[in-house]
Amino acid sequence: MITERPFTLALVGRPNVGKTTLFNALTGSRQKVANYAGVTVERAEGTADGGRLRVVDIPGLQSLRALSEDEQVAQAVLMGGDQLDAVAVVLDATDLERCLFLFSQVAETGVPMVVVLTMTDLAAKEGAPVSLADLERMVKCPVFAVDAVKGTGMDEFIAGVRRAAPPMDAGFELGFPPAVKAAIQRLSERADSPSLSLRDIRERLLFPVGQESGEWDKAVAVEREGLLGSGIQPRTLDAQTRYSWAAHVLRESAQGQHPGRALTDRIDRVLTHRVWGVGIFLALMYLVFASIYWFASPFMDGIEQGIGWLGGLVEGALEGQPLVQSLVVDGLIGGVGAALVFLPQILILFFFISILEGTGYLARAAFLMDRVLGWCGLNGRAFIPLLSSFACAIPGIMATRVMPDRRTRLATIMVAPLMSCSARLPVYVLVIGAFFEPIIGQWGAGLALFLMHFVGVVLGAPVAWLFTRGRKRQAMPLALELPRYQIPKWKDVLLSLLNRGKVFLKTAGTIIFFMSLLIWGLITFPRADDPEAAYAPSYASLPAEVQERIDFDAYVEQQLMADSALGRVGRFLEPAFLPAGFDWRMTTAILAAFPAREVVVPSLGILFSPGSDTEEDPGTLRDSLARAQWPDGTPLINLWNAAGFMVFFALCCQCMATLAVIKRETGSWKWPVIAFTYMTALAYVLAVVIYQVGRAVG
Amino acid sequence: MSQSSTPERLRFCDLKPGMKVRIIGCGPECPMTDRLADLGLTPGAEFEVKRYAPFGDPVEIRVRGCSLCLRGQESDGIVVEPI
Repeated sequence: MITERPFTLALVGRPNVGKTTLFNALTGSRQKVANYAGVTVERAEGTADGGRLRVVDIPGLQSLRALSEDEQVAQAVLMGGDQLDAVAVVLDATDLERCLFLFSQVAETGVPMVVVLTMTDLAAKEGAPVSLADLERMVKCPVFAVDAVKGTGMDEFIAGVRRAAPPMDAGFELGFPPAVKAAIQRLSERADSPSLSLRDIRERLLFPVGQESGEWDKAVAVEREGLLGSGIQPRTLDAQTRYSWAAHVLRESAQGQHPGRALTDRIDRVLTHRVWGVGIFLALMYLVFASIYWFASPFMDGIEQGIGWLGGLVEGALEGQPLVQSLVVDGLIGGVGAALVFLPQILILFFFISILEGTGYLARAAFLMDRVLGWCGLNGRAFIPLLSSFACAIPGIMATRVMPDRRTRLATIMVAPLMSCSARLPVYVLVIGAFFEPIIGQWGAGLALFLMHFVGVVLGAPVAWLFTRGRKRQAMPLALELPRYQIPKWKDVLLSLLNRGKVFLKTAGTIIFFMSLLIWGLITFPRADDPEAAYAPSYASLPAEVQERIDFDAYVEQQLMADSALGRVGRFLEPAFLPAGFDWRMTTAILAAFPAREVVVPSLGILFSPGSDTEEDPGTLRDSLARAQWPDGTPLINLWNAAGFMVFFALCCQCMATLAVIKRETGSWKWPVIAFTYMTALAYVLAVVIYQVGRAVG
Repeated sequence: MSQSSTPERLRFCDLKPGMKVRIIGCGPECPMTDRLADLGLTPGAEFEVKRYAPFGDPVEIRVRGCSLCLRGQESDGIVVEPI
């Protein structure tokens, strides 16, 4: 059998027309899909039709004159980087005119084309049905109506891609004014290089490039002046001509009208209202964070009980081997288990994010908040990368590729890790639950969680302002689009949860597992052979009031940890964090979390493990934190250093993966170093300030 | 442009919600003429002003059937006439 080279097809189209939905349906891939522009920022590849069809998905394009990095990716694929056999231009039937504008540009690249029409049902429902036959006649290549969600039209499309037609000679069918055609003809006769196509000449004529020094270049400039003299605006002529052509095609194939948006308009009247809109946005955000707090508790309790039960079981089974028992119960179950407890919160957060993404509300939030971002030198395009960073800074930083202006993009990358990612959630929930909820109740706890997510935003604003200082003008308009509202697709929501769950469990199984082992080992060894005998004299020498606060068993436990390898290092470093009110155990947990902040909760779980021999009922990590003491027996954590601890985690850059992505996206080590330094400094200073102010206030 | 006698010419910042206008052209000070044109804001295009965001910026317009949000500062060079 001869192995055929697969037929290679690229999916090209405006942002948010459904390219990735189609790609996933064709190839069975699970690329992320949402209802706003700019979700896909990288090329993706898959096969369909039993391997005979290779499909390339690329970021959405507004125009082939690429400016932002995601558009350049798309352009590179189109301009021959991929040896394409055909392109499928994906047109949204509800936004046909602008889609046809892009089509007219793609048609000039010379690659054979087919057209995929999406959202045909919606267009028909909204009063602007598209006639496939007429559209096919106008664009001169095969047209397929496809509904990738329902799966209709897919087979015809797959069978039909090989009929892809060589594109029309768009350049001269589009109807440029005679004066322009004549100028192009004259320039073509004078051109010294025969490889220049008429299209290239037209581009040079209409879009001046900086350097124009040669003989021919001068001729081009003269012709351009001539056009200006006859009342033609070269800079907009190209777009104007293409749009006239698009409007003509639209009139012929879709009754020439734009589909209605009555329902979306009605919803927007409320959701983007100057007053209600902002109120609803804030209320929605509060509800998201508060419900994370409320809904997660039963799941959290369930997991805690399960882990406690498992610990008890293993403890019983390993009776008589104290070291192995401690390794498994305190190290592994105490470490990895402490992290697993927070899986529900993270999944609930992702549930809300994917709902907001699926409906199209995110673009509205960007519209409402654009001005605020403008004050710090950013623009609405920064909103979605920053909002994604609340899930995880890594996709957030990658999403900045939709930003064409390098300076604002860099500023956005630098503040993205300040946004409170889902890995910080466990620390907040733990600390709020242990120290704040008993005082402020459940509603207050929800509010506290909400406010913790604002810490990074409030500090991010001046940071962004500093990074964009002196920049007024941007290379590209905001051009934020408000898509029609949609009901989120449950498949996409489920997929997002599944993906996140997998990532979390993978982290728990790898880095958290190994860090737990490491921390347990370092905190257990070296170890006195007979701890009770070893520490009895020093306990006896303690002042009576200290002895009253701390019993002998707890004292031995504390001293064993303090004299371990990790304890020594921690105590050596403790002075650095004492101004923030952190003892050596909190300090150690912070340092252990620098590679990945997820490690902090397991570290606390091991460092504050109540010790299996001293306690009848070990209780939860929350309880052991609330009971923890300084060596003199006073309570270790109060409201102030608890708040400082949370704020430290909210701001500190404890994620190697984020630093690696910053390096990759900026192409230099300078930026990750700056991000790491400023974030860590900010975190430290604020933690110290909070504790010191707290002490002064009392 | 040459038709300086047109009586009603508006700048982008003069627009009010609900107004329907047609683009005449872009002043030389408009830095993003080509990019705005790619988005459908070409001379001759008509649009309706929908609403302003809370702090007066950006503005949502309905052009060629879709909703586009523009910042005042970026679109100030666009000259329009009411229809």
